[in-house]
Amino acid sequence: MLEVKDLHVTVEGSEILKGLTLSIQPGEVHAIMGPNGAGKSTLSAVIAGKDGYEVTAGSITFEGKDVLEMEIEERAQAGLLLGFQYPVEIPGVKNIYLLKAALNAQREARGEGEIPAPEFMKLIKEKVSFMKMDNSFLQRAVNEGFSGGEKKRNEILQMLVLQPKLAMLDEIDSGLDIDAMKVVADGVNSLRSEDRGILLVTHYQRLLDYIVPDHVHVLVNGRIVKSGGAELAHELESRGYDWVVEEPAA
Amino acid sequence: MSDVQRFLDRLNERSEARRGEPTWIAARRQAGAARFEAMGFPDRRVEEWKYTDVRAISRTDFQLTGSAEFSQASAAALTLPLDAHRLTFVDGVFSSALSDLSELPGGVQVQPLSQALEENHEAVGGPLGRLTGVEFSAFSALNTAFFEEGALVRLAPGTVVDKPIVLQFLSRANEAPVMSHPRILIEAGGRSQATVIEHHVGEEGAANFTNLVEEVMLDRGANLTHYKLVESPEQDLHVASIHVEQCRDAQFTSFNITLGGGLVRNDLVSDLNGQGAEVTFNGLFYGQNRQHVDNHTLANHNAPHTFSHENYKGILDDRAHGVFNGKVIVKRDSQKIEADQSNANLLLSDRAQIDTKPELEIYADDVKCSHGATTGQLDEEAVFALRTRGLDEATARGLLTLAFAGEVMDQVNLDAVSERVELTVAGKLPERFHLAGLVEAAVALNED
Amino acid sequence: MASQEMEQLVRREYKEGFVTDIESDTIPPGLDEDTIAFISKKKGEPQWMLDWRLDAYHQWLKMTAPSWAHLDYPPIDYQAISYFSAPKREEDKPQSLDEVDPKLLETYEKLGIPLHERAALAGVAVDAVFDSVSVTTTFKDKLAEAGVIFCSISEAIRDYPELVKQYLGTVVPTSDNYFAALNSAVFTDGSFVFVPEGVTCPMELSTYFRINAANTGQFERTLIVCEKEAQVSYLEGCTAPMRDENQLHAAVVELVALEDASIKYSTVQNWYPGDEDGKGGIYNFVTKRGDCRGDRSHISWTQVETGSAITWKYPSCILRGKDSIGEFYSVAVTNGRQQADTGTKMIHLGEGSKSTIVSKGISAGRSNQSYRGLVKVGPRAKGARNFTQCDSLLIGDTCGAHTFPYQEIGNSTATVEHEATTSKIGEDQLFYCQSRGISEEDAVNMIVNGFCKDVFQELPMEFAVEAEALLNVTLEGAVG
Repeated sequence: MLEVKDLHVTVEGSEILKGLTLSIQPGEVHAIMGPNGAGKSTLSAVIAGKDGYEVTAGSITFEGKDVLEMEIEERAQAGLLLGFQYPVEIPGVKNIYLLKAALNAQREARGEGEIPAPEFMKLIKEKVSFMKMDNSFLQRAVNEGFSGGEKKRNEILQMLVLQPKLAMLDEIDSGLDIDAMKVVADGVNSLRSEDRGILLVTHYQRLLDYIVPDHVHVLVNGRIVKSGGAELAHELESRGYDWVVEEPAA
Repeated sequence: MSDVQRFLDRLNERSEARRGEPTWIAARRQAGAARFEAMGFPDRRVEEWKYTDVRAISRTDFQLTGSAEFSQASAAALTLPLDAHRLTFVDGVFSSALSDLSELPGGVQVQPLSQALEENHEAVGGPLGRLTGVEFSAFSALNTAFFEEGALVRLAPGTVVDKPIVLQFLSRANEAPVMSHPRILIEAGGRSQATVIEHHVGEEGAANFTNLVEEVMLDRGANLTHYKLVESPEQDLHVASIHVEQCRDAQFTSFNITLGGGLVRNDLVSDLNGQGAEVTFNGLFYGQNRQHVDNHTLANHNAPHTFSHENYKGILDDRAHGVFNGKVIVKRDSQKIEADQSNANLLLSDRAQIDTKPELEIYADDVKCSHGATTGQLDEEAVFALRTRGLDEATARGLLTLAFAGEVMDQVNLDAVSERVELTVAGKLPERFHLAGLVEAAVALNED
Repeated sequence: MASQEMEQLVRREYKEGFVTDIESDTIPPGLDEDTIAFISKKKGEPQWMLDWRLDAYHQWLKMTAPSWAHLDYPPIDYQAISYFSAPKREEDKPQSLDEVDPKLLETYEKLGIPLHERAALAGVAVDAVFDSVSVTTTFKDKLAEAGVIFCSISEAIRDYPELVKQYLGTVVPTSDNYFAALNSAVFTDGSFVFVPEGVTCPMELSTYFRINAANTGQFERTLIVCEKEAQVSYLEGCTAPMRDENQLHAAVVELVALEDASIKYSTVQNWYPGDEDGKGGIYNFVTKRGDCRGDRSHISWTQVETGSAITWKYPSCILRGKDSIGEFYSVAVTNGRQQADTGTKMIHLGEGSKSTIVSKGISAGRSNQSYRGLVKVGPRAKGARNFTQCDSLLIGDTCGAHTFPYQEIGNSTATVEHEATTSKIGEDQLFYCQSRGISEEDAVNMIVNGFCKDVFQELPMEFAVEAEALLNVTLEGAVG
């Protein structure tokens, strides 16, 4: 469903991604790992459409459509959803507004009508309790005054409500204690299905004990230098990144 | 005939009705008229009125009225859906039919001013005019010359009022525009606690002039939350000054919300006279079409260890004009003061105008004072974040604009008020923001 | 020998400055058309200049002194002022530094003023400061080579009348305000700078000016024009305490920057602030305005204000050009009974224009200080931006610090931010420094200088050092 081909990305004049190629099929969970500064966050930011990233070569297609030609919201409406490493605080915008507006935007893009209020409420309450969150959460402003764990849970909550086709989670484990991580991992695992792809970006292998990926890629210096199964993550955990860099690319 | 003379001439109409008034009232009327005549209507050379043109008031021949007729049904549609003690005035005239004081608890006096004067004019004459005289402005002088009706609220020491006290001012679509000069007096005894909501609203097409003067006296430890919600029709004209005196540890929290009215000018003045006194000025204004909204606030730190906070937000569309002037004065020897002030504005149109001036005048050194004023753009990062969730840009901007207003309303703990304001703001926002339905649905869910 | 030559030279110039048929060098106090005609004639001005002055005078007669500033001073009797007096004769001046008040020299020492400049500043007769004058002659050659015109405004009216006519009064019209009108009528001297297209002035016009501008008089008029892509940095005043017998000062400074031009104007003002009771101090009413006339033009005001009994001063920028930039960096220190009402105006007319205001006010003693600013964004200034930071520091509980920032915004794409704080030097900050072995006075100086850092770094290098020293001298005795 997602095809990234020979992607070159420049940020403020310096090249961060130098020919990255990645293919994700429905039902697969991919994990991208790599040392700091390898370009992990750049990849998800470019897919989501953040400003300031210049694609100098290569392509990204999602279900055959050119992602780089799509508006930010069109990407989300098409089912490409990014979970942020640092979710932004939006003072005053209630979570419930965001969820309702986002869900309706997606439905509209698919030619469906607005979700009826009772149905929406039922859905929301179910997901909120699944994420072990309180209903009062919905009336609070998006991420404002949230703890790190709450912010990450909120990202997953949005995923559960919006049911993306491809969920990209950027360092969703950073800053989480073990209990919060379990809740987040349960949320992500509940997203796993035959027709959905998941892309995890992480620095640590720890998360992958809870969300076991089908494919692991090692991103170093703007390129994927090694790919393998879940066992690759363990190898990285015990041996570090250096050996991958030294070995010739697989 | 000069504008000033035309206004003063209207006084003669009431001379018959005022025969037999206590002498102190007659004397004040005279002083008010004389002062008004001397000052005249302010023009733009008067610093306090630099950005506000009052010719819409001065050039109109407003009549006086004695009628409080208003249909129950249309009043019900305008009234805030609140369980409250309620006094209603129609074009400044008391309407007992639209008032409800049936459940007034002990220790609480809420009365139309005329009735209070009739019962014991001396008890009114003492405090009335103590905090503001005829010097404050031409409009307060004019009010002093004309005032007849208004509200008296007295709280015995220690009284905690269970329900909000609503002072509702209805404006009628009269054949000829009328003026009213309400006077409000609130005396809160030591450690008493209450919420007063002043609600100005009217029939479509109403084009009257309300010139209000209010005095609020808060004894030691009294705690008053004061709402002033102006939702008047767009031709209505409104000038008000509210003067607050705060003794030791007294708390005054103001929510000054202007969503309607053609010309609205508010002056809020608090004298922080006792240690530990704290005032919070919250404000929200939303101007459309050719509305003009002018808010002036003043915190006088007359005693050490006093605190003032201010947070005003303005949204202006079309050719609306907003004015904000927040002033903090710290007197000599008023040490250990904390004052913060913030005014933020959003202009939605290039023909809208905002003139803002947050002022500090400080004569003591042990102070922590800050103020900020911003006029500008929505947070682009927040716009991006919303778009990554599939919201189109217009909706994202609409939601953030609503949120901008919401930052003031978040402090409101009366759902009837905050929901009313949120719905009104959402309804006023341009259609391009695609908010229709969203807020209504969310409010409905909230009640679920 | 050399000194004799110099003296002769100076005397000759001195003679040339006056029309021989007028015998007296000064006129009695008072202001009327005759006074103005006298000044104009003394300066050998053409008729158009006299007409211009008279027009300003007639405007002035119809105006009243502004009363909106947060200042308190007795009414000024404009008929009691003498509007023209010739400079002191050389023989009346001190003949060497030995004859100068030792206290003054001590202050120069504290401020770190270079030795060769001290004599000039102290008003020592010119032959005694020959060295520094020869330095200035070298400067003049260098400027001429670059094509930069730098002379007194009187010379400019005589030698470059067309340039003066083209620009004088176009930024600050004669009727702009009460003091500007007065200045236009009676100005006696000042500077003229013209930097032609594409030229970057080869030196800071500072050192030169510091030595030569000792006697500019009370109604100074300055005009600086930078043509397309030209650049100049100009420094007015000096850190040394300046005494003047004239109590009223009303200067006008006009800056014009055409396309891609850049003018940096720095001021250090240290006029006599008066005695302990504020008596005898200078009243300084100044109108300074820059016009960013061309696209991408840039005008920057930096000021360090420590002197004067009364300061009324708002260096401003009219940002007319597209993407033009205006800046205002100010440190104002008041002590004793000083009163200052100062700030800036940024008028955004051009698309994409940007302005920055950083104002640091320090009040001590029984002084009062106000920041008064205006940021105005017109409907056509799309995308205009302003950032204002305005901080006040209070030392002692008998001073006052006030902030009156006006914002008038008429454009939905404008971003205007104003932040202001007022605070005192924290006890904990002082304690921290003192516990490290620093005296209270040094600690205050450190903290104050830290507070002003953002502005000092805008000053030309050698001046920043002096400005720091100046602050310390000004605040002497403010603590403890």
